Amino acid sequence: MFVTLITQAIRFGVVFLYGSTGETIVEKSGHLNLGIPGIMCMGAIGGCMGANIATKAGSGAFGVILATIFFAMLMAGMMGAVYGFFTITLRCNQNVTGLIITTFGAGTLGFWGSMMGREGTTFFESSKVFTAPMFGEVGSDWFSTIFLSHGVLVYVGIVIAIIVAIVLKHTRTGLSLTAVGENPGAADAAGIKVIKYKYTACILGAAISGIGGAFYLLDCTRGSLEYVIEAMGWLAVALVIFSLWRPNIGILGSFIFGLLYILPNYVEGVGFAEKEILKIVPYAVTALVLIVISFFNKKETQPPAGLGVNYFREER
Amino acid sequence: MTKFKFEPIFHLAKRTDIDWKKSWGIRLAAFILSILACAVVSTLISDRSFGFFFENFFKAFNTPQKLWNFFHDTAILLIIALAVTPCFKMRFWNIGGEGQILMGALGSAVIITFMGGKYPDPATIILSLVLSLAFGIVWAVIPALFKAKWNTNETLLTLMMNYISVCIVDYFIKSEASSGTGTMSFDKGVVGPIGNNEFILKIILVAIVTIFMVVYLRYSKHGYELAVVGESEKTARYIGINTKKVIVRTLILCGAICGLIGFMLVSATNHSINTASTVAGKGFTGVLISWLGHFNPLGMLLCSFLFVFIDRGATQVSTYARLGASYPDMMTGIFFFFIVATEFFINYKILPTHHFKKKAKAEEVEEDTTETEQTEDVLAETVPTLNENVVEDTNSAVTEAEDTATPVVENTKEVE
Repeated sequence: MFVTLITQAIRFGVVFLYGSTGETIVEKSGHLNLGIPGIMCMGAIGGCMGANIATKAGSGAFGVILATIFFAMLMAGMMGAVYGFFTITLRCNQNVTGLIITTFGAGTLGFWGSMMGREGTTFFESSKVFTAPMFGEVGSDWFSTIFLSHGVLVYVGIVIAIIVAIVLKHTRTGLSLTAVGENPGAADAAGIKVIKYKYTACILGAAISGIGGAFYLLDCTRGSLEYVIEAMGWLAVALVIFSLWRPNIGILGSFIFGLLYILPNYVEGVGFAEKEILKIVPYAVTALVLIVISFFNKKETQPPAGLGVNYFREER
Repeated sequence: MTKFKFEPIFHLAKRTDIDWKKSWGIRLAAFILSILACAVVSTLISDRSFGFFFENFFKAFNTPQKLWNFFHDTAILLIIALAVTPCFKMRFWNIGGEGQILMGALGSAVIITFMGGKYPDPATIILSLVLSLAFGIVWAVIPALFKAKWNTNETLLTLMMNYISVCIVDYFIKSEASSGTGTMSFDKGVVGPIGNNEFILKIILVAIVTIFMVVYLRYSKHGYELAVVGESEKTARYIGINTKKVIVRTLILCGAICGLIGFMLVSATNHSINTASTVAGKGFTGVLISWLGHFNPLGMLLCSFLFVFIDRGATQVSTYARLGASYPDMMTGIFFFFIVATEFFINYKILPTHHFKKKAKAEEVEEDTTETEQTEDVLAETVPTLNENVVEDTNSAVTEAEDTATPVVENTKEVE
C-alpha cells in the first residue's frame, strides 16, 4: 500500500517536474509564462499524434518514443515561439499573453480530444511503450518497485531536470540567462544577446513542458484522454516557486506534489468532502513558500528581478 | 574581404500620439480579421463549408431571448473587468478575480443554505449580499496586505488563492449538498426576475458600477493616487502618498465588486453554485478584457461586447456542427491573439533605420513618407509650445530641407 503510494507519487510528480523545469527556464529569462498549462495541453496533442503515427508506421519502441518526444516538443515549442513573439518582439503584457495561450491550448486539447473520440482513435496501443518498465522485469522488493519500475519518460524527465539545474548554475550560458532575467539592461550592456537568450529560453522551456503533457496522457492515464492537464499545469507553475527556481530541488518537490495530488484517492476513512481539504495542501504550501521567501527577503531565493517586465532597449 | 554583417532595415519607436479614432479603427479591423480567421480555421478542422460558419454564427442573435442573453453576458464580463481594473492601474497584477468572485459566490451560498426558506426572502438576500461582499474583500485583501508589508509577488499569490478557493467551495458543496453531482441548487431566498425579465436588474447594476468606476478612476482623489502609484511608486512616496494604504484600499474596492459579482451569479443568475460552471474562467477573461480595453471603461465595454459576440456565435456553430464544448474556447483564443497583436501596432511604429535610409537616398529613391513623419516628430519635440498654424508652416519648410534635425530648429527659430 505504502510502496504503491510512493511509486504512483513519483509517476504523477514527473508531470509537474517537466512543467516546472520548462517554466523555470522561461522564468529565468524574465518571462512569467502563465501559458504553461496550455502549452502542456498542446504538447499532449503533439505527443499523442507522434506516438500514433510511429506506431502505425510499425516502428519499434525506440522509434515511438523518439517520435512522441519530437512531436510533443514541436507543438509545445511552437506555442512557446508564439508566446515569445508576442512578449519579446511585440512586447505585449506577459500575463495577458500567457492566459490567452492557456485558454487556447486547453480549448484545442478539448476539441481535439472530442474529434479523436468521434473518430474512435485510441492511444492505448501506443501507450504500452511508455508504461512498460524501462529496466524490464525487476524484483518486487520496495526499492525496485519505487525506483526501477517506471516507464522511460520518468527517467528522461529526471535527467532533464538535473541537466537544466547544472547548466543554470555552473555554466556560462546559465549564468548569462540568469543575468538576462535579473537585469536585461545590464546584461545587454555586458554584451549578452538578450533577445536571443529570451527566445531560446521561451521556446526550449515550452518544449520541455510539452513533454510533460504527452507523458501524462501516454503514461499516467494509459492513453485515455483526460482533460485535467490544465489544472496540473497550474500546479507545475506553483512548483517553480516551491522549488525556488531550482530544478534539482524541483525533483524532490515534484514527488511531494505528486504525493499530495494522489493522496486523496488513497486515504481511507475520510469523507467525500474532507478530501477536498486535502487538495488545498499543494496550493497552500506554495502560497506559504511565497510569503516566507518574501518575508526573509534573501537574494538567493527571490524571483528573478526582471520577472514580468518586458525589455525594450530604448526605454530608460 | 570584409565579413558580411546583417544590418536591420527597420527599428521600432514608441508611439505616443496616436488618436483614439485611428487606434480603435485598427482594433475593429483586427476583430473582423479574427472572425475571418475563425471561419478559415473552422473550415479546415471540420468537414463544413466556409459559408456554414457564418450562417450559423449569426443564428446566435436572432431571437430577443438570445439577444438578452448576449447583453447579460456582456454586462457580467464588463463588471468583472471593472473590478480588476483599479488593481492593474496600480500595477498590482491581480489575476485572482476568479477566486475572489468564487468566494463571493460562496458567501451567498452559505447564507442561502442556512436561511433560505426559514426566514423572509428580503432578509436572506440582504444578508447574502453582505456576506458575499465580506468574503470577496477578505480574499482580495490577503494578497494586498502581503504585498504592502513584504512585497510578496502578487501574481503568483493570487493565482494560488484561486485554487485554494476552488477547493474550499468544493468542500462546502460536498459537505452540504445531498446530491453527489458537485452542484448545489437553491430555490428559496434568491433574487427572482423583475417583471418576467431576469436580466434587467443585473444590467442596471452593472451600469451603476460602470458609472461609479468612471468617476472613481477619473475624477476622484483615490483614482488619482492609485494611478500615481502605478506610474511610479517612488514618485508616489515623494509626494506623500501612503502607497501601502492605497494598495490595501484599492484591493478592498476590487474585492467588494468581486463579491457583488459572486452574489449576482449565485443569487440572481444561476440559483446554484458549482466550482466548474459558476465562474468558469470568466475571472481570467475579465483580466484580458480589462487590459485590452486599456483600463478605459468604454474600451472594456467594447472589448467584452466583441468577446461575447465571438463566444456566443462560436457556441452556436459548435452546437449545429457538433464540434464539442471546447470549440468556442479555441475561437476566442484566436480572437485574443489578433487583438493583442494589434496593441503592438498601436503602441509602436516601425521606422527604417538610418543605414537603410542612407542607402535609399544614394539610390535616389522617391522621398520616403516615414522619414518626413519622423522629422515632424523631432519638430514636435523641439517646439512643443507652438500653435497649429506655425507647426504647419514649418512642416512645409522641413520637407524642403535636406537634412533632419538642424534645419528644423533653425526654421522654427525664424518663425518665432
